[in-house]
Amino acid sequence: MSDNKTAQPAEKLTKKQLKADHPTWCPACGDFAVLASFFNVIQKLELTQTDFVCVAGIGCSSRIPYFVNSHGIHFIHGRAVPLATGISLSRPDQHVFVFGGDGDGFSIGGNHLNHAARKNINLTYIIMDNFVYGLTKNQTSPTTPIGRRSKTDPNGSVDRPINPMMQLLGSGATFIGRSHATHVKHMNEIFERAINHNGFSVVEVLSECTMFYPGAFDAAIPRKGGEFNLIDEEVHDTACINDAFELAQLEFPGKFGVFYQDDRPSKNDLEQKWIDEVQGNLGDISQQDLMRKSFATMH
Amino acid sequence: MRSVGASPLANPDEALRNAVIRLAGNSQDGIQSVGGMLGRLAGRTAQEVMTYMTIPSTISGGPSIFQVHLGSGEVLHAGDDADVLVAFYQHSYDSHIGALTDGGICLYDTEKVEQIKNERGIHHIAVPFTSATVEAIGGTAKDRGKNIFVLGLLCSMFRLDKKKLVGIIEAQFGKKGEDILRNCLNAFDAGFAFQTTDLRQFQFAPGEAGHSKRLSTDGNTMLGLGLIAAGVRYGAGYPITPWSSIMELLRRELPKYGGVFMQAEDELAAVAIALGAAYAGHLAVTGSSGPGLSLKSETLGYASMAELPLLVINVQRGGPSTGLPTSVEQSDLLQAIYGSHGDSPRIVLAPKNVEDCFYIALEAAQLARRCSCPVIILSDQALATRIEAFPEPNLEEHWIEPELDLSDRGEEFKPYPIEGQTRHAPPGTPMHEGTFPKVTGLEHNEMGHPSGNPENHQMMNDKRRNKLVKLAADLPLPDVYREEDGEILLLGWGSSYGPVREACDRLRDKGLCASATHLRHLHPLPQQMGELMKKYEHVFVVELNDSGLYGNGQLATILRAAYCNPAIQSICKTDGLAFRVREIVEGVDQFLA
Repeated sequence: MSDNKTAQPAEKLTKKQLKADHPTWCPACGDFAVLASFFNVIQKLELTQTDFVCVAGIGCSSRIPYFVNSHGIHFIHGRAVPLATGISLSRPDQHVFVFGGDGDGFSIGGNHLNHAARKNINLTYIIMDNFVYGLTKNQTSPTTPIGRRSKTDPNGSVDRPINPMMQLLGSGATFIGRSHATHVKHMNEIFERAINHNGFSVVEVLSECTMFYPGAFDAAIPRKGGEFNLIDEEVHDTACINDAFELAQLEFPGKFGVFYQDDRPSKNDLEQKWIDEVQGNLGDISQQDLMRKSFATMH
Repeated sequence: MRSVGASPLANPDEALRNAVIRLAGNSQDGIQSVGGMLGRLAGRTAQEVMTYMTIPSTISGGPSIFQVHLGSGEVLHAGDDADVLVAFYQHSYDSHIGALTDGGICLYDTEKVEQIKNERGIHHIAVPFTSATVEAIGGTAKDRGKNIFVLGLLCSMFRLDKKKLVGIIEAQFGKKGEDILRNCLNAFDAGFAFQTTDLRQFQFAPGEAGHSKRLSTDGNTMLGLGLIAAGVRYGAGYPITPWSSIMELLRRELPKYGGVFMQAEDELAAVAIALGAAYAGHLAVTGSSGPGLSLKSETLGYASMAELPLLVINVQRGGPSTGLPTSVEQSDLLQAIYGSHGDSPRIVLAPKNVEDCFYIALEAAQLARRCSCPVIILSDQALATRIEAFPEPNLEEHWIEPELDLSDRGEEFKPYPIEGQTRHAPPGTPMHEGTFPKVTGLEHNEMGHPSGNPENHQMMNDKRRNKLVKLAADLPLPDVYREEDGEILLLGWGSSYGPVREACDRLRDKGLCASATHLRHLHPLPQQMGELMKKYEHVFVVELNDSGLYGNGQLATILRAAYCNPAIQSICKTDGLAFRVREIVEGVDQFLA
């Protein structure tokens, strides 16, 4: 694998340096706060623009790469995670961030989420969950609660929504966090821990769509009469998946914080280990001679 | 050259120039492995070889053949008819006796084949394959080992190089344990020593392929190794026949070269992972067979739009849908050229034989880097699985070092310059002015910003198309075999290279002024292609796909649309089998009649 990390000045980036295009989101969209929190963490971790890359699929939240002044790629709907997998496995020098919504992550890209999680690809995935398709203007999403009316469910949604925490726990992700866009300090903390995790780290952030689903997350906003209940890690063992499943089954809005963390090796580590072993066994041999050895078996 | 109908085995006293041996049995009988060993022997004895196999798409069992065309001179095809038929069962005999040349030899298992037809001077030799093998190996062998017994029999019959053949058996079975190897060698010796009064013996003329280092292998192996020699170190795929063996090779070999090939959860992920590695600055590959290419096509459109280099292998099989997964067709050409949404220019190439699978990977890598777009290599099932012998590639001349260019792109850097080639800056590249580029599938301006501006979209579509127009001007015209002008031009692509050339010679034997050419660059076409075809009264495009509603196969459709040349005609078929020389000749005859 490559280690072509370019030498960079170790200066902490300013917000101004980190900002690119002004976000095209609707006023008061929850995603503004997610972006602000992401900037906070990049600054705190003193990452520079050549250290990381932003990847996204399709959706309102998936516009983030345009708003961050770093290398970024805006890909097709649902496939941001496999694209990020290709970057992560071939560029160990890069922090790989994936941004997306509930449609991109749990619906069209659901299969990729499951497999990247079980393979423990080293990347950080922030899912801005707003319980609705916003970019296409108010259709039912995989997390829309039963009974909620949308353009595709005029009489109210009838399909059981997925429970993101249950889904992620079942998939084998090794860092699973949950936060809320109105609680920036909490997001800062969870994002930082996610980024520092080696392996597949995923954070679901409840991020309100003020245009099509206002008030969706009021139940977790104290100033609107809700409760923002944090996971008490003195009591909850983040290494225990059974405890995490129990937490995941609490009634909405449930709890926020780190549900689960596991330190099993990432695929990146395991592939590198294989490379190191096989190259160690081969000893000092040029790549062309290696291929000549393959040819010799066909003489 | 072989003539149709008469067996070269008719006169045992003359040294053989070539012979076609067809092994017909069931897929679990190991006839492929015997055929493969004969192919490798040819490579080691300076002979030419081409093999051909049919495999049932069942999970286990079903009729299968392996045909080996051995020759002391040039061998261009696997043979229309067999000179020797080895029939393991009655159904093998019944299905294939008609494909034996007049006066040919049929070896059959007396315990499985009960009814034979004495016709056309065919010389039948009765051999108890099953019991003779059981006798040689011991009582537990059941049906196993009779393939190796037959190999011994053929070795004695054609006076093949026994020492080299035993070496090949040892290389193949040595790893499987002493008992298995001993059984194989016992079965081989029994076949070699088998005596029957009517067994004839033949002697090949010395091989004429002078090159000291020759390889005998199949197309998928050479394509996989070619990708590595082309500098590919990353990729992803999903299992599908007949692509899988390339993916297995890359998964096994790339770690030795410091790379990673990943088995993805599906075709959509496979192409996205490969494109991720491409965006990250590497030359990366994904591949599949027909249905898988369809699943990848959204991302191919993205790669065209975002102008990222990507190598895509499509080992074609019979379609549509699940179709004939283990048969051959060339029916993905239009999908390869046009398969996506919107206008999504890409490059499409096809290798002509096993050796070319290696070199085409290198060319594809160069073109992907030059044009920063997807490059599709269209192989096919016949090429993927058949064995040929050819000179070992000289790696000092044919090797591309992998390169990750994170150098400063300079102050004038534009991610998508209207004038000039797109060279995206991978993550980690430092940027002047501190403004970092975005790669996107939205229509964008020169700076990579999304833009719906009408003039901009027109200009960007022009840009993406024109880089292929420029490429077309640099592409060499294909070589023409025989005459630069005349009555007939046979035009083939992909795995039909050999049969097309052989058909050209047979047409000339019949007094027609025929020539042949073979297209490697299918999209874009070499700029002067229209001029080349104008010089012939009839251009017959030979391809394994349907002649469609308007009587033209897929390449013929494109050539007609591009050059409006009414001389272009199609010779098409879709029976799931490779072209026989005879079928091409008959296609021309029918048209001219």
